[in-house]
Amino acid sequence: MSTLEIKDLHVSIETEQGNKEILKGVSLTIKTGEIHAIMGPNGSGKSTLASTIAGHPRYIVDSGSITMDGENVLEMSVDERARAGLFLAMQYPVEVPGVTMTNFLRTAKTALDGEAPKLRTWTKDVKEAMSQLRIDADFAQRNVNEGFSGGEKKRVEILQLELFKPKFAVMDETDSGLDVDALKVVSEGHNRVHETGEMGTLLITHYTRILRYIKPDFVHVFVDGRIAEEGGPELADRLEEEGYDRFLPTAAKA
Amino acid sequence: MTEITEKARIGAPAIDGFTEEGENLSPANPDNSPLAGASAKSHSHGGGVGVPDSSRAGRLTSYKVEDFPVLTGREEDWRFTPLKRLRGLHTQALTGAAPSVAVTGPEGAERPAGITVETVGRDDSRIGSAGIPEDRVSAAAWEAFSEATVVTIPAESSIETAVGISVTGSSKDPSAQHIVIVAEKFSKAVVVLDHKGSATVSQNVEIDVQDGADLTVVSVQEWDDDAVHASSQQAKVGRDAKFKHVVVSLGGDLVRVTPSARLKQTGSEVEMFGLYFADAGQHLEQRLFVDHAVPNCKSRVLYKGALQGENAHTVWVGDVLIRKEAEGTDSYEANRNLILSDGARADSVPNLEIETGLIEGAGHASTTGRFDDEHLFYLMARGIDEKTARRLVVRGFLNEIIQQIKVPALEERLTDAVERELAAGNF
Repeated sequence: MSTLEIKDLHVSIETEQGNKEILKGVSLTIKTGEIHAIMGPNGSGKSTLASTIAGHPRYIVDSGSITMDGENVLEMSVDERARAGLFLAMQYPVEVPGVTMTNFLRTAKTALDGEAPKLRTWTKDVKEAMSQLRIDADFAQRNVNEGFSGGEKKRVEILQLELFKPKFAVMDETDSGLDVDALKVVSEGHNRVHETGEMGTLLITHYTRILRYIKPDFVHVFVDGRIAEEGGPELADRLEEEGYDRFLPTAAKA
Repeated sequence: MTEITEKARIGAPAIDGFTEEGENLSPANPDNSPLAGASAKSHSHGGGVGVPDSSRAGRLTSYKVEDFPVLTGREEDWRFTPLKRLRGLHTQALTGAAPSVAVTGPEGAERPAGITVETVGRDDSRIGSAGIPEDRVSAAAWEAFSEATVVTIPAESSIETAVGISVTGSSKDPSAQHIVIVAEKFSKAVVVLDHKGSATVSQNVEIDVQDGADLTVVSVQEWDDDAVHASSQQAKVGRDAKFKHVVVSLGGDLVRVTPSARLKQTGSEVEMFGLYFADAGQHLEQRLFVDHAVPNCKSRVLYKGALQGENAHTVWVGDVLIRKEAEGTDSYEANRNLILSDGARADSVPNLEIETGLIEGAGHASTTGRFDDEHLFYLMARGIDEKTARRLVVRGFLNEIIQQIKVPALEERLTDAVERELAAGNF
């Protein structure tokens, strides 16, 4: 049983106009086995939270803390966080030319586990996971994300989730740009790992659509860098009906 | 690389953090030239105003060295080259012993059956069949060579294993060399020119790709640290022929490769790739020319370079000319450089001249930059430490070219060579 604890987190980015505060005091606790959905309008800071947890250098933590089982996550480098069990399924996975998927997956798995995976079972695991996510076998020989469609890139993120088995998965708008079939496939991939009962999920999304396939235990509504409302799955249903309008200042409604 | 990914990459915006490099004169050459004003401005597209050879179509070609003026370093096509380090290739008679030539199979294995290898005199009819010198150093070699090696892939033959032409230098006296590669009609082969040892050599390589032939020529420069090599590699590409040219420059003090492909018959396809890795003090230069002279041909150019160490200098100039007659041309050229340490310099100049509007497409791109932080972040977010991630990226960056060679034994050797470069740079 692990706990990822975010306390009063303030995060800013450097812009040409100086520092801009994006997160204005976010507190959140996720435990193994739980699924937390973070919802909110564009620009509310959802993706900033995801990138900050993973340690993207663009985001500056001004105050607050992130700890995992008491360990200070903010002191860890990006790779240390991953090895500690944090996984970010990226909103825009980058293309890495020249590095094949096979090479990349094996290198990452070796780094995460501290030893090379056993070739025989590893190859089988990769093949099986790819086939369940309906990723063509020939993707293994293609360069990481290169020339993949938006949907293919997202499937490959979930492929990594299944193979790396993190303690906590942060899914940053994994559902954006997916058609219904792809959304199902990707959700099923997440749910397979969830069902092992050994992973906590922070699911960041703009739409309620994915919540039909991935059932959250908790829903947090993000507005202007803060959590504006929290509740159970029923909150998502209400958002689906009403949208985010009631959280926005009057001027923005026009 | 597949067609789709190439297209996708072309459409993609320049990678964050990458900048386009401007042009400049080689610091080793005089800077008081009429060019300096125009060339000092970045990205001047084809040289300064009033320069007679600003169009590639108008460049002087001749077999006679005396037709070319003595080099000053201010010429459009020599301005990046430190002439002082040419060790006399541009001033002395090229009478030294030329590097030895041995024709084998891949990586020195047995010569594949079915090809013809001849040593011929200057009067052989195939000399001059595909090339004519475009600069003084090349013309000097043309005048000076005494015998040439001619490798012929017979008509309609398909040579399954690669043909290796080992060029091994052992003298530092300025010398001349001439090699002719003939791919006869409907033949298919891969020919690897493999340069090793120490030499000061000006070399002309003529490549005659006849109608319907499918020829790959790979030129590997793994010279010793002190070698000086100027190589003009000119290809004449026939009707419906396919020609792939790959330049790999790793070793040598000064290596200047000037490959050209002349598309003179319709339906032909040319791919030109290059990989270079410059260490401290090395000057690696590549200037290519694709001449679209007839309708409906296709060309793709991709050169990638890595640089590390003080005064590592690379030059890439890509001239693509689409003549008035060349309607329906489909062309794209790109150069990407990755600078791994301070003190290195990459010059990159894509020149695209288009004389007709009736084309399928034409484009160019040039990026020079340090690591892409987003690549690093992605890999590190998967648990890979920074050093391993950086190596994976550089290896990946250059592998894109190595993957084009399709000669497993050579691909392996070049991968190892890149690893050694990375290790040497403490990278």
